[in-house]
Amino acid sequence: MTAHAQDPYRIGRGGGADSTTGRGEGGPASKRTTVGYGFWIYLLSDIILFSGFFAAYAVLARQTAGGPSSHDLFGQERVAIETAALLLSSFTCGLAGVAAEKRKLVPALAWLLATGVLGAVFLGLELIEFAEMIGMGAGPQRSAFLSAFFGLVGLHGLHIAVGLLWLGTMMAQLWVKGFRPQVLRRLMCFTLFWHALDIVWVGIFTMVYLMGVAP
Amino acid sequence: MSERDIDPADTAPGDEAAEGEAFAGGIASYAVGLGLAALLTAAAFAIVNLPLVWRPAIPMALVVLAIAQMGVHLVFFLHVSSGPDNTNNALALAFGTLVVLLLIGGSVWILGHLDHAMMR
Repeated sequence: MTAHAQDPYRIGRGGGADSTTGRGEGGPASKRTTVGYGFWIYLLSDIILFSGFFAAYAVLARQTAGGPSSHDLFGQERVAIETAALLLSSFTCGLAGVAAEKRKLVPALAWLLATGVLGAVFLGLELIEFAEMIGMGAGPQRSAFLSAFFGLVGLHGLHIAVGLLWLGTMMAQLWVKGFRPQVLRRLMCFTLFWHALDIVWVGIFTMVYLMGVAP
Repeated sequence: MSERDIDPADTAPGDEAAEGEAFAGGIASYAVGLGLAALLTAAAFAIVNLPLVWRPAIPMALVVLAIAQMGVHLVFFLHVSSGPDNTNNALALAFGTLVVLLLIGGSVWILGHLDHAMMR
């Protein structure tokens, strides 16, 4: 065995006796892996951004300044529908990813379209809620509680809106360019993004809405 | 299946394990994940609306259900696993979770004490 082969700090992996990542032979990771990992790091930093807004909401949730509290403002029906829509859209988004892996264009586009429709239902309901709250004088200027609420839920809604734009461009790219590797990588990143937004929503509907109306 | 098969030692986040022998993979994985997540969501709404849980314990029960549902999403939707091909993803996730816990827990802890000390 040469000294080169024994060097444990050589870049690459796989093969040989030592298959630990980063050791042995095999060369650098595939582009799909590195792109996915980079996007994963972005998603984690995005979730850390959300955690700042969650912390602000947790601290300020009771500072209503004499204005309406969460018990006065939140109903459960709309949140239940929003939650169902987003969970189902996460499911259809996963199915779109599976269809794309199998190179089936029409099912992939159909599942992406379903994802987009469900996401639009979610976003529409959220905008209606915001408009109603602002209309009854419970806008973000009313109290620290409402500032934190609009900051947190609005940030999530903004992510959903950007995600819908991204979804539209992904459908167009699949339609026009087909299953090229770079399109598939973007689609993988999009599905990661969409699933991560659903995870954030789990935190929001639990902490903001259910804890807000809990007896 | 072009680029996927090249790399059995490391998978991108969201990808199923390269050999396809994963515990969570394919359409079945998403169906199971959807079922579990729907169940946990329904349980969270039920706890708030039905007299199932001792009242002061409701927030903690909701937190437990939320963390469980996040775990379900991570495993069945994002395909994070404890397998050797997923070490990097899981490590990054663990660090992200640490920062999130420090941020939220620290804020609530410190400002809760501050609130108490202000004698409101």
